[in-house]
Amino acid sequence: MKNLLEIKDLKVTFPTDDGFVQAVDGVSISVAPGETVAIVGESGSGKTVTSLSVIGLHNRKVTQITGSILVKDKDESLDIVSAPLDKIRSYRGRVVSMIFQDPMSSLHPYYKIGSQLAEAYLVHHPGKKEEANKKALEMLSLVGIPEPQVRAKEYPHQFSGGMRQRVMIAMALMNDPAVLIADEPTTALDVTVQAQILQLLKDLQKNLNMGILLITHDLGVVAQVADRVHVMYAGRIVEQGNVDDIFYSPHAPYTLGLLKSVPRIGSRGSERLKAIPGQPPSLINLPIGCAFAPRCEYISLADENSCENLRPQLLGNSDSHKSRCHVPEEKRDKLFTAEIKGART
Amino acid sequence: MPRFILRRAYFATLTILLVSIVVYGVFSILPFDPAALTCGQKCTPAIVEANRVKLGFDKPLWQQYWLFLSGIFLGRTYGAGSAEFTCPAPSFGYSFNENMCVTDMLAEALPVTINLAIGAFVIWITVGVGLGLLAAKFRGRYPDTISSVFVLLGTSLPTFVTGLFFLIYVTIKWKIVPLSLEGFTPITESPVKYLQYFILPWLTLAILYAAFYTRFTRATVLETLGEDYIRTARAKGLSERVVLLKHTMRAALAPITTSAGLDIAGLIGGAIITESIFNLAGLGRMTLQAVYEFDLSVVVATTILAATVVITMNLIVDIAYGYLDPRVRMK
Repeated sequence: MKNLLEIKDLKVTFPTDDGFVQAVDGVSISVAPGETVAIVGESGSGKTVTSLSVIGLHNRKVTQITGSILVKDKDESLDIVSAPLDKIRSYRGRVVSMIFQDPMSSLHPYYKIGSQLAEAYLVHHPGKKEEANKKALEMLSLVGIPEPQVRAKEYPHQFSGGMRQRVMIAMALMNDPAVLIADEPTTALDVTVQAQILQLLKDLQKNLNMGILLITHDLGVVAQVADRVHVMYAGRIVEQGNVDDIFYSPHAPYTLGLLKSVPRIGSRGSERLKAIPGQPPSLINLPIGCAFAPRCEYISLADENSCENLRPQLLGNSDSHKSRCHVPEEKRDKLFTAEIKGART
Repeated sequence: MPRFILRRAYFATLTILLVSIVVYGVFSILPFDPAALTCGQKCTPAIVEANRVKLGFDKPLWQQYWLFLSGIFLGRTYGAGSAEFTCPAPSFGYSFNENMCVTDMLAEALPVTINLAIGAFVIWITVGVGLGLLAAKFRGRYPDTISSVFVLLGTSLPTFVTGLFFLIYVTIKWKIVPLSLEGFTPITESPVKYLQYFILPWLTLAILYAAFYTRFTRATVLETLGEDYIRTARAKGLSERVVLLKHTMRAALAPITTSAGLDIAGLIGGAIITESIFNLAGLGRMTLQAVYEFDLSVVVATTILAATVVITMNLIVDIAYGYLDPRVRMK
């Protein structure tokens, strides 16, 4: 297996009082060494559910998961979907690490930073306390925390938001993982701090040759760090491609809508944001056709009634750039590229 | 931290002083003549007057309070001449009904109450926290159901029901625990007699409090399990056992400690019903008896003592909280 992470046809279903919620429906994503793969989408599109599946954090008793999630650890690989829980635990934090959205609440308020870091090492290297402490200081200075010796003895509340996210990153990297899942790592931070954290992730990736799976709703973040992008809507990938494909010639109407809704610096104050009309659909009993059809402006370009009655497949003329849409790709390519250009000038 | 403790101790002392003034004032303006209550059936106005002078009730109220207060630190002498007697410091007054210094009465009753409270505490905290943890871990499954039945029963049965049940069935009908006839025996003298004296009162109190702590622990643990830092702990690869017993319990410890401290204080102030049912010679029963007999000096002393215990416990809990929660410690 060349890739560090291979998600294939992942489906995640939660039972609720109102019926089954199909949070993720047939998602396939792969991450190679040194690569940053982004999942973009609005709240409820299934991006966080996907990322939690990779680390096996769903409650198996209630959640139905099918498909496969292969994670490579040196010569062996493990399918997180079917593996026993204690085997998955031995991968967590060692082969696959995760950093979360809110660094304010993701660190335990009652334990010192140093011991929280050391613990991450000790789980997978039992008894090696001295090594763990040494590694903790090493990682703290690696993520750019000054005076690690002093700071390691402090508690999370003595750190600022950006510093706490650095600590979270240091903690995730304690065992030199192959894959880092970053679930909205900068959402809770100031813009300037955001840029620093993203730069830090990029630098660390270069040094450690990690694969990063970046979950975000922020297209700015995607443009800054991602190599490949998957756009999710209602639990499915609606478009995937390289960053340039996605930003300069989007093929899915939803991607286009997202890009057009980004405010531009220098636009006049009186100009309204171009929001996508309507609401995302409920994930219980999705329509049989295209999930985006009720909000789509381009239905008239497709074959009659196909959008309402037929689920579009993830297809494309090139292997790297695929999308789900019934409108013929040639028509979309020209039209959407022109629209994006128009919106940006 | 020492500054914080000093400040809190200063305010605690001030509060106790204030409480003593209010308590002393309230009981003194009650429409009883304390001197009249001190003499028996063959009472004459002359004896009442004599007793009034003897006990200092002839003086103005503020002087009486002052005598009471200084008595705590210096001891107090009553009467004059051959009838003179002294209650040594710390003196909380003199009970005419019992013909004893109140301090001596307290010294007899307090160990009983403290043993009652501590023993019950050990049982209820073990059962309550243990059961609460189990209920949280197996949420929605049968350990949770069983514990919620226990919670419902425990919180809805008043102590005079469980206490009487124990007394009537366990002691009298089934004869499992024999009636304790010898009264309070320190554990150092005879552990068997000590247990015989305390086991049922402990259980009576513990059932009520354990039920409350089961519910409290369950709720706190479930709330903590939903925290982001617990997800982080799991993402590190920690086992569920470590996540629950280390990360979750550490966070749940602070609120449980706070609650436990105040509940112990409440019990030391007097478990009146339980002590009365089991005829324990503790503070609660003593207070109740004093109220029946209008033995004001005893009521004043026990009320102030109870208030002092609550205030002191509050102080201890505050300090403990500082050690348990680093965010409080720094401020």
